[in-house]
Amino acid sequence: MPKPSSSKAEKRIEEMTYEEALSELESIVFALEGDASRNKLEESIKLFERGQALAERCSVLLEAAELKVKKVVGDVLIPLEEESE
Amino acid sequence: MQSTLFSTQQWTVSKLTFYIRKLLEENETLQDVWVQGEISNLSRPASGHVYFTLKDASAALKCMMWKMSAARLSLPLQNGMEVEVHGKIGIYEVSGQYQLYADQIRAIGEGALYQEFLRLKSMLEAEGLFAAERKRPIPVFPHKIGIVTSATGAALRDMLNILRRRLPLVEIIFAPSPVQGIEAPPALVNAIQSLVLQSPDVILLARGGGSIEDLWAFNDERVVRAVADSLVPIICGVGHETDFTLSDFAADLRAPTPTAAAELATQITLLDLMAALENYRSRLASSMLNLVTEKKAFLSSLIAQLRYASPERRIQSERQRVDELARRAYSSLTYGVQLQSTHLKGMQKRLAALSPHAVLARGYAVVTRKDDGSVVARVAQASAVMNVRVSDGEFEVEKRNK
Repeated sequence: MPKPSSSKAEKRIEEMTYEEALSELESIVFALEGDASRNKLEESIKLFERGQALAERCSVLLEAAELKVKKVVGDVLIPLEEESE
Repeated sequence: MQSTLFSTQQWTVSKLTFYIRKLLEENETLQDVWVQGEISNLSRPASGHVYFTLKDASAALKCMMWKMSAARLSLPLQNGMEVEVHGKIGIYEVSGQYQLYADQIRAIGEGALYQEFLRLKSMLEAEGLFAAERKRPIPVFPHKIGIVTSATGAALRDMLNILRRRLPLVEIIFAPSPVQGIEAPPALVNAIQSLVLQSPDVILLARGGGSIEDLWAFNDERVVRAVADSLVPIICGVGHETDFTLSDFAADLRAPTPTAAAELATQITLLDLMAALENYRSRLASSMLNLVTEKKAFLSSLIAQLRYASPERRIQSERQRVDELARRAYSSLTYGVQLQSTHLKGMQKRLAALSPHAVLARGYAVVTRKDDGSVVARVAQASAVMNVRVSDGEFEVEKRNK
C-alpha cells in the first residue's frame, strides 16, 4: 500500500514547478521542526525522504533554469529569436 | 568740435572701459540672457576655456565659456550648430570687446520642449498621477516579467543579460515598440496594454540613453497615462541616471537605467534561491537527526525500564539469594566443624593429661603382677614377680620380704 502511493508522489515531484516544490519543501521543514511529527517516526521518515526529493527537484530546476523569452505579436506569443552578440 | 576740445573732463581708456563695464553689469537683462544663434569660429585652446562667435543673418556676438562650465556641457559643440546660449554680457577690457560669458548651451527647441514638459508635469501632478500612494510594490519574486522597449536597441539585450544572470527561472514577455519618433507614443501605449493582457508580475518600460528629444516619447501624455493606468506595476528605466521623464514619475518605480530596471525587478536572485534551498536542506537533515537522536534516547530509556521489570532480574536476585544462603550454610558448617575440632583438641589435651604416660613421665611407675597383669595398688596385692612400667619401657622386679 505505501509503495504505489510513494512512487506516485515521486512522479508528481518530477512534474512540479520550482514554486510548487519549494513551497512543499518549506512546509515539510516546518512540520519536521515542529512537535507534530514527534511521535510518528515512520511518518517523519517519509516526510524527510519527500523533503529530500523536493530539495533535489528544486536544485535541478535552479541549475537547469534558462530564461524563456517570448515576444508578443498581436494577441499571440512567439519565442524571441535573440541576435547573438 | 571746439567745445569738446576745451572740455575739462579727461577720460583714460581704462576709466572709460570700466565705466562702460559698470553700465553693462548693472543692467539686469544683460546679466541673464538666452541668445539664439549659430556657432562659428569655435576654438578650445589648451586652457580648456571655450571661445566661439554666435551669429545670425545680420549680427555676431563674441562668446566665451569658462573651463568649469564647458566641462558640464552635455552637447558636443560644432561650428554651424544652431544653439541657445545662456550667460551674461561683460567686457574684456584688454581688447575693449564686449562678449557673452556663457554658462549653459542647449540645442535649439529644447527650451520650448522643457516648457511643455513643465506644463504637462504640473497638469498631471495636479491630477494626482504621480502621487506616492498610487505606487504599487514591485513583487519580490516575479515569475513573469514584461518588457517594453525597442527590438533593436542595446537596452533589450542588456536587460536580458541581467535577467538571465540574476533569475533565469523567470519567463520574459517582450512587447517591441519604437521608442522614439512620432509613431513611438501610440506604439508604446499599445505595447504596454498588450503586455497587461498577458498578466506579467511586473513590466519594465525601458530605453537606452539619448538626447532629450530622443527620450521625448516618454514625456508624451498618452504614454504617461498608459503607465499610470497599467494594471501591472511598471518599472521605468529610461535614458541615463540624470534623465527624468514623466513616465518615470508615473511609474511605480523609477530606475536610473534599463539594466537597473532589470535588477530592481529581480530582488531575489538565483544565488538567494540556492542559499535558501541549502538552508532548507540542512534544516531538513538536522531536524531528522534530532528526531532520531530523541527517539534513540527514548528507546534506551524504555529498554532500561524493561530490564528493570524483567523476570531475569528476579531470577538473578533469586540466584543471588541461593548463593548467599549456600555461602551462609557453608560457613556455618565449617564453623561447626571448627568448633568441634577445637573441642576435640581440648578433650585430647585433657585426655592426655589423664594418661598414665604423663604420670609415668613425672617419675611414677605402674606395677603389675606378672601372673595376671593386674595393677598392684596396695601391698597386699604384690606378687613374687611383678612388672614395673616406666615412661620409656618396663622391667621385672622380685619381691623381697622385709
